[in-house]
Amino acid sequence: MSRLAATLTIACVLGSALLLIVLNQATPPGSAAHVSTYAVSLAGKYLSYAMLALAVDLVWGFAGILSLGHAAFFALGGYAMGMYLMRQIGTRGVYANPDLPDFMVFLNWHELPWYWWGFNWFPVAVLAALLVPGILALVFGWLAFRSRVTGVYLSIITQALTYALLLAFFRNDMGFGGNNGLTDFKDMLGGISLQSDATRCGLLLATAILLSAAFLLTRAMVLSRYGKVLVAVRDAESRTRFLGYRPERYKLVAWVVSAMIASIGGALYVPQVGIINPGEFAPANSIEAVIWVAIGGRGTLSGAILGAVLVNFGKTLFTGALPELWLFALGGLFIAVTLFLPNGIIGLLPRRKDAAVDEPEQPPVLTTSEAAAREVTS
Amino acid sequence: MTAIGPTSDTVLYVNGVTKVFDGFRALNNLSLVLRPGEMRAIIGPNGAGKTTMMDVITGKTRPDTGQVVFDADTDLTKLDEPAIAQLGIGRKFQKPTVFEHHTVWDNLLLSLAGDRAPGFALFARQTKAERERIEGILRTVRLMEHRNRRGGDLSHGQKQWLEIGMLLAQEPKLLLVDEPVAGMTDHETAQTAELLREINRTRSVVVVEHDMDFVRALGVRVTCLHEGSVLSEGTIDHVSADPKVVEVYLGR
Repeated sequence: MSRLAATLTIACVLGSALLLIVLNQATPPGSAAHVSTYAVSLAGKYLSYAMLALAVDLVWGFAGILSLGHAAFFALGGYAMGMYLMRQIGTRGVYANPDLPDFMVFLNWHELPWYWWGFNWFPVAVLAALLVPGILALVFGWLAFRSRVTGVYLSIITQALTYALLLAFFRNDMGFGGNNGLTDFKDMLGGISLQSDATRCGLLLATAILLSAAFLLTRAMVLSRYGKVLVAVRDAESRTRFLGYRPERYKLVAWVVSAMIASIGGALYVPQVGIINPGEFAPANSIEAVIWVAIGGRGTLSGAILGAVLVNFGKTLFTGALPELWLFALGGLFIAVTLFLPNGIIGLLPRRKDAAVDEPEQPPVLTTSEAAAREVTS
Repeated sequence: MTAIGPTSDTVLYVNGVTKVFDGFRALNNLSLVLRPGEMRAIIGPNGAGKTTMMDVITGKTRPDTGQVVFDADTDLTKLDEPAIAQLGIGRKFQKPTVFEHHTVWDNLLLSLAGDRAPGFALFARQTKAERERIEGILRTVRLMEHRNRRGGDLSHGQKQWLEIGMLLAQEPKLLLVDEPVAGMTDHETAQTAELLREINRTRSVVVVEHDMDFVRALGVRVTCLHEGSVLSEGTIDHVSADPKVVEVYLGR
């Protein structure tokens, strides 16, 4: 991943976001160049998904951890933001209770559960969006990596993790709105209406900026010596152990950072789509995220962003026309990419040969088919 | 480091080690003493316990009974692989294991003795001392021209040498080398024998090998294992003339 590719990635993310915003704000509705607010939010949604994809690529592409439960971290971030937005509704809810969200009044609850305290403050919600998934990932990862759970077994327990959360959040007693989730948001940050065009544009811009920041962070990580050790762990874990490394610590760092990035993606997603419900924990969502990464190009970071945006754009078009066939199309695409584009769409681009020894700019890429072969044999 | 008793003046002291896997005695009251600076060749038929012995020394397998002491005073049976590696025991696997997606240079860089914590690695910059150290190892293992090639693109013999180079980068006191010449050409085998002798000038080495010509070329003390314990020990001529050895191993 050359500096050029990184610059291009950020230019594309920020440039396209800015372009959409300008076309939304500076042109009158009805003109040929006008971009609807709906489209602005759709782009914001794609970029939130791109953060999830980036998070998946960090652990899958570079640490060899095929997480089939990463949407759990995305959804937890979404819930943290959703709780904040719920508290902003205040007396404008159906039951006009200043403290309790509507669903709690409906359940005959009389006071706010302790885990909702403080969520009327934005910084608390942000902190929760970082810490809750971070700590969950820390505990889960520490147990799994220390016990040397790898390969398919690890994938299965990540899937179990998200499924367990799905079931838990469906329960009304959990206090997160049961199967309806959290919705009907009004405004944020002291009265900025979520419905206004300007807010939608602001959210898109914030998503683009945070996505770029996450991209730069993960890029710095994988290009550092830490990243080289991580790839070494991915390719020959026992070799690293006999060299004196503790692979579980290296994986844990990537895993926790990845969970936090996914969670920020989820926190940005919720105000732009206006709802968060337990469906976001569905195992299929996590699997889709892995497919975005495989299609874009595993282990390339830029490819993860590209894959998430392109596949979701395709999904929007496709589900408009033939909704029931979408999963078949996605599955077919995944197989086609694995067979014909083992390095994903990014792999089609010309690559520079290895740069100077001192600063190798290209992190090693593991093709999807190689990875599949390894996961089957391990 | 002035231990008194049987472990004094040893780099590796293995005493009465037994390891049973599902009823199979992989190691049976095995004892072995290696003096500092010594090179030892271990031979023995398949299933004699050579690899299990390596596993026990490097912390991959915990023995059921017995003592394993490194450098006269460190009990290895309580430690895991990374801890033992950091003490100064390097291990080369039977199948060459290098980081295939990394360049030869990076393979060595990651192997250099130093801080192994993620927090250090995140901010580490390559220093001049590290570069010089890598250059030196490249010369020793004869991979000077291949520094920018990926580990996975090397020939089988070159991979074996790279792995030995990675062990050297760790600056171990003791090297355990499992079948270093398996699959090598005669010329490569001769070069490897020379390389091991060169390494042995500053480090203790244990070589497990099937190739008797290679063992002869090393010219070191030989231990023959059979069914998890020592069958015979001495010079190559002594061991290969031993009727017990001839019966279980060489005669067939």
